[in-house]
Amino acid sequence: MDALKKELKESIIEQLNLEDFTVEDIADDDTLFGDGLGLDSIDALELIVMLDKDYGIKLTDPNEGKAVFVSVEVLATYIAKHRTK
Amino acid sequence: MKKQLKIIAYCRIKNNAISLNGKSIITKDKDLSFSDFAKQIYKEKQLAYPKFFKMDNLCKLAFLTSEFLFEAAKLDSEIIKNTGIVLSNKASSLDTDRKHQDTINDKDNYFPSPAVFVYTLANIMIGEISIRHQIKGENAFFVSEKFNETLIEHYASSLIINRKSSHILCGWVDVDNNNYDAFMYLVAEEGSYNYSKEIIKNIYTQN
Repeated sequence: MDALKKELKESIIEQLNLEDFTVEDIADDDTLFGDGLGLDSIDALELIVMLDKDYGIKLTDPNEGKAVFVSVEVLATYIAKHRTK
Repeated sequence: MKKQLKIIAYCRIKNNAISLNGKSIITKDKDLSFSDFAKQIYKEKQLAYPKFFKMDNLCKLAFLTSEFLFEAAKLDSEIIKNTGIVLSNKASSLDTDRKHQDTINDKDNYFPSPAVFVYTLANIMIGEISIRHQIKGENAFFVSEKFNETLIEHYASSLIINRKSSHILCGWVDVDNNNYDAFMYLVAEEGSYNYSKEIIKNIYTQN
């Protein structure tokens, strides 16, 4: 699980162009949206694409996305359970 | 009725060099990619605007050019809010359109990036400048084969004469692969330099 969390942090930094962040700057339970990393709606769409492309998970329910993208911890747990690749 | 307008300041960014009002202020290694050049300028100016890194190269170029220009112009925030913006280029958003195309070419690997797609429209650069400076003035964007100083002059003059805006941010911001060129100038009734289409063409050609 720790390897997946690290991989997720690296992907988030790279794919969302969070130039001022390193893996160490993101705590497992940091809020991804709002006051945490300050991600926006386009970032949310980008994360949905990332789930599909890298882990074979298709998120179609917006409410499900809200629950899944709370933090790296929650996201990693969800991916571990639902990934198809 | 034709008004004699003035240029408050002008800025040019090309070949990894920046000039302001005709004077060279920054020159970087010509071998740097535009992305690396832009990143260096962002860091050196300590802009503290993380959204910059999410922008495509066209928006980064427009954003940086306008930063130098507004800094030099020292305008009141109320004037900035009502500033009109009239920009133009040749390649529209082609540079980013190609990147988007790359993500959808392969039907078996079809993952269009929303973050790339939002920049597949050249006038987004006006939006980025407007968000940064809270500008709510009139704006227009034109695509033409080369910098059309006459069209820009007519449009900027019209906005000022019709009291839509007192200050107009004008120019040319073009990015296509590794080639880029930005030339922006602020026009108003008061300013440091005379403004006419001939003068601006001369400045553009000589800088």
